[in-house]
Amino acid sequence: MISAAALLLGGVAALLGTAALAVVVARNGAATRLIYGSTLGVSAVVFAIVASHLTSDPAGASVVTLPLGLPWIGAHFRLDPLSTFFLVVVNLGGAAASLYGLGYGRHEPAPHRVLPFFPAFLAGMNLVVLADDAFTFLLSWEFMSLASWALVMAHHREKDNARAGYIYLVMASFGTLALLLAFGLLSGPGGNYTFDAMRAAEPNQFVAAAVLILMLLGAGSKAGLVPLHVWLPLAHPAAPSHVSALMSGVMTKVAAYGFMRVIFDLLGEPTWWSSVVVLFLGGLTAVLGILYALMEKDLKRLLAYSTIENIGFIFVSLGLALAFEANAMPLASALALTAALFHILNHSFFKSLLFFGAGAVLTATGERDMEKLGGLIHRMPLTSFVFLVGCVSISALPPFNGFVSEWLAFQAILQSPDLPQWGLKVMVPAVGGLLALSAALAAACFVKAFGITFLGRPRTAAVEHAHEVDRYSLAAMFALAALCLLAGILPGLVIDNLSSVTLSLVGNRMPVQMAQPWLSIVPIAESRSSYNGLLVFLFIAVSASLAAYVIHRFASRALRRGPAWGCGFPDISPAAQYSAVSFAQPIRRVFGTFAFRATEKVEMPPPGATGPARLDVEMHDPIWETFYRPIAGAIGFAAERLNHLQFLTIRRYLTLVFLYLVTLLLVLALWP
Amino acid sequence: MALILELAIQGAQMMLVLLLAPLLTGFVRKVKARLLRRQGPSLIQPYRDLLRLMRKEVVLADNASWLFRATPYLVFAATWVAAALIPTFATGLKFSWTADLIAIVALLGSTRFFLALAGMDVGTSFGGIGSSREVMIASLAEPAMLLIVFSLALIAGATQLSTVAAVMGSPDVGLRVSLGMSLIALVMVAIAENARIPVDNPATHLELTMVHEAMILEYSGRHLAMIEFAAFLKLLLYVSLISCVFVPWGLVTASASAGSYVLGVIVYMGKLAVCGVLLALFETAIAKMRVFRVPNFLGAALMLALLGTLLLFVSRSL
Amino acid sequence: MHGLTFDIAHLLAGGLVLVSFMMLYQDRLFALINVFALHAVVLALSVAWQAYIQDAHHLYVTAAIALVFKAIVIPVGLHRIIQRLGIHRDIETAVGIGPTMLAGIGLVTLSMVLMLRVTPEADPLAREDLAFALSIILLGLLVMVTRRNAVSQVVGFMSLENGLVLAATGAKGMPLVVEISVAFSILIAFIVIGVFLFRIRERFDSVDIGALDDYRGERR
Repeated sequence: MISAAALLLGGVAALLGTAALAVVVARNGAATRLIYGSTLGVSAVVFAIVASHLTSDPAGASVVTLPLGLPWIGAHFRLDPLSTFFLVVVNLGGAAASLYGLGYGRHEPAPHRVLPFFPAFLAGMNLVVLADDAFTFLLSWEFMSLASWALVMAHHREKDNARAGYIYLVMASFGTLALLLAFGLLSGPGGNYTFDAMRAAEPNQFVAAAVLILMLLGAGSKAGLVPLHVWLPLAHPAAPSHVSALMSGVMTKVAAYGFMRVIFDLLGEPTWWSSVVVLFLGGLTAVLGILYALMEKDLKRLLAYSTIENIGFIFVSLGLALAFEANAMPLASALALTAALFHILNHSFFKSLLFFGAGAVLTATGERDMEKLGGLIHRMPLTSFVFLVGCVSISALPPFNGFVSEWLAFQAILQSPDLPQWGLKVMVPAVGGLLALSAALAAACFVKAFGITFLGRPRTAAVEHAHEVDRYSLAAMFALAALCLLAGILPGLVIDNLSSVTLSLVGNRMPVQMAQPWLSIVPIAESRSSYNGLLVFLFIAVSASLAAYVIHRFASRALRRGPAWGCGFPDISPAAQYSAVSFAQPIRRVFGTFAFRATEKVEMPPPGATGPARLDVEMHDPIWETFYRPIAGAIGFAAERLNHLQFLTIRRYLTLVFLYLVTLLLVLALWP
Repeated sequence: MALILELAIQGAQMMLVLLLAPLLTGFVRKVKARLLRRQGPSLIQPYRDLLRLMRKEVVLADNASWLFRATPYLVFAATWVAAALIPTFATGLKFSWTADLIAIVALLGSTRFFLALAGMDVGTSFGGIGSSREVMIASLAEPAMLLIVFSLALIAGATQLSTVAAVMGSPDVGLRVSLGMSLIALVMVAIAENARIPVDNPATHLELTMVHEAMILEYSGRHLAMIEFAAFLKLLLYVSLISCVFVPWGLVTASASAGSYVLGVIVYMGKLAVCGVLLALFETAIAKMRVFRVPNFLGAALMLALLGTLLLFVSRSL
Repeated sequence: MHGLTFDIAHLLAGGLVLVSFMMLYQDRLFALINVFALHAVVLALSVAWQAYIQDAHHLYVTAAIALVFKAIVIPVGLHRIIQRLGIHRDIETAVGIGPTMLAGIGLVTLSMVLMLRVTPEADPLAREDLAFALSIILLGLLVMVTRRNAVSQVVGFMSLENGLVLAATGAKGMPLVVEISVAFSILIAFIVIGVFLFRIRERFDSVDIGALDDYRGERR
């Protein structure tokens, strides 16, 4: 019997083979179908394996060592509950993106820039999750980053894409550097790079603190934690839509995996203040991310910013889990961790779905700018329906899945008054408030996203001639929408399957949920809190149909179409509708003046003049201006200063090299 | 047999909220009119309005989509379900564990989500103005509400409303500062959520000041009836919520006799009447705010709720 | 001793914090002064209740002083000053309301954490009352810091003093003589500031204390 991990490595090899094949056949007409078909097949098979592994016997780890990589340690791979769960996320997302790609890829102008890298990207993510030593992990991480960078650069001639790729590359290198240092610290002076050895080592407090900070920098920059998020809203939308979906829905989760692997698994016992740092960053990320999203008018960038918000939510849940674990409250810790994992799964569903929808809109109209869309619900009824499902789910509204993870996180917060530390006592309710705020803002944001894009009247001619997208794309979107609903009405099923992960990380699990009557979920006790998505769904469905039936049967069913009323103002122009920017105006006035120093300036023509009035809105990106601009300025300054080094004589160059050598030798001589 | 009885009580509760909701609105309108020395419409006018609207033909804008037509029923159903889950005259109903307080808040959030979408469906600027202001109000009211829920849950040790009501009714809770703060914040949120003065005026059709009415401007006939009904239900829901949490006396607990249920209903109607009078007094005494003062109002509610929660967290170690 | 009596004392102290918050939230002068009057009324109630439960009759005097001077005389006086200065329509916020309230919450939390930490062995409710008093003092300072107008700074100053009185009555100390002298010093301060206000007004045609900075050449 071949072990599960070896089987999965076979899957990775198949993906890499597909990538190689794609290099050869990319310019062929049938290549799109062939490549996406085979990635779909491989991802589906791998998904089936890991899903059955997760539901059946995940506790036992399956290990494989290959004689690759560094000669004295080889390449270690390991399948344990945590990696199994993340493989489920990766391959489910991969399968959905491949299915979508079957249709979407046909519109690709340069398939040879996408096809080879798509399977390679999937293979990289699988490898990161499977890796069991630092060298393999970092190598796979870089491979994943570079493959996704190549995909970001697929349309490199489009405006701003080159800049997006550049910033992404810089941030990814920075992140990997931080990870490298973190693993260096973890492996200690002995330099044993296997995860087993790191797990066994007991790092002292300072090392643990340094590792936490480095992981927040390394994994956080990949996941999009504020203030390291700047590349994300540039790079994710630049890629083709199914790749955007993978990057937002899956790759950010792989980053979260890296964080969880190191902090929960390798680092040993957490300290309470580490949770304060994580909670603070998570809360900040959640609110700032969604505020950025609200100010955005590019549909795909809006979705990318909303990813940042969701990452913030996940890190808040992880921070809660850390806090509880540090204070030996395993049940509460399992609850918070379940919320984080559940949300990771949920977000991979609805964010992929929403990016697919944005891609469908892009295919049908050629537009990403919401100000040029509108009224698509008539032209693309099916896409708009599934997009609506995605919007409802991501806005955390019952009975869909987003609400369940949020509910679990709130239940975890309500466990926290028992925490003894003052810092946490003050931090947790504040973060709870931030989470609630970001949830409400998310709902506002997705009202805007759906309302401006799909509702109202068409704002440009391109929209009026839009058509529904192909069946593959629709199939992928409907599958994800169904998963959103299923995870929302049967949350107990998901929670029970997450129990092995929480058992392995924090040593406890939530009570068995599927045994509850009526399939409700009960974190602690029914008298304290319970939620039943299935019944809520049924109640709403039944009472809505009942109301509709009664009224149609006994009152009136007459209906007449007429022009819109609009208080009697006959506004003919669709340009008079609310736009994305004007929709966000009240919220901009409330939060934007504080967060973005937003100012509005109205220029009215003098009475009698016929010129148009102008409204100028000026906003500042606080993060970019406080963190990045000074750094960029300093680098520019240094480069300017060092510029004359390029015009020296050979003798001077030799002197420099000589001095450098002598300095090094001096250091070596003086080193104690 | 017990199951049938429980189901019957649950059904009675659902019917009761449905029947009482228009009456409460009619009552508030009547009291407001009397305070202004007007005769005012009759108490049962809201019922008549609903019936009249239901029988009328719907005039639908040319480019209204299926979402526009489905929203009234969805909004009505979600509000009804939420209202039916709040203990009105009895706690521990058959399905009361279906959704806790957080879920009820979220259910109301989904009704607003769909209403805001419906406001944007036809593509008039009024719909947009209503929707954008409504989400701005919600973005402050909802977190405030959740923080209030946190405070209540921390005191009661549960988010389940029946348990919360039971704990609040027990003598060992006492007077607490954070409870007072929650009550004030909850009242402020309830005023905003129900589009009452000073946040919004339910009676206005003056274009630039309306929020809720602007959103539903394009609705007519049975659709409008459903939305109005949902608004009545929402008012009833908030009044019931406040009274079941802060005045939990007179609630019938599970498996009581038939007589006590009747008594419970009478006490409940008494509470509704008192709250209705207070609401009418408050609305008559105060002027409507400018829209951009509303964030300050709700921000104060949010801060109060946060302060209450913080106090609870911090003083928990005592 | 515990039970309802303490609950009410506690509630009144908390109510005082709440009113302090309302002060932060007011941006009109008349509303601010009305809230200040409310603050004084709540203080008087709180002190009277303390007098009742501690059976300390001199505290009734304190309560009466608070009620008469701070809830009636000073607000009425301030109303008049404002009307005579003609600044009753001024809206003045140096810092936005949102950040101010957030800062206020931070201060209350700070004082709670601080008080609960430094007095671990005292009676729990008394500790919380002390924490409330400290937060009222800090909130009063915050009002003074975030306002431009001299009148609202006076109000902030006096609400700060209310916090002191609350702390003193809760701690069962403060002799009556000190009490009365504090009250009178406040009154004197009020009069001095009132005179001062008119002087600023005469000289600069404004009670925005930024005008003083301009005069000293310090502003920018």
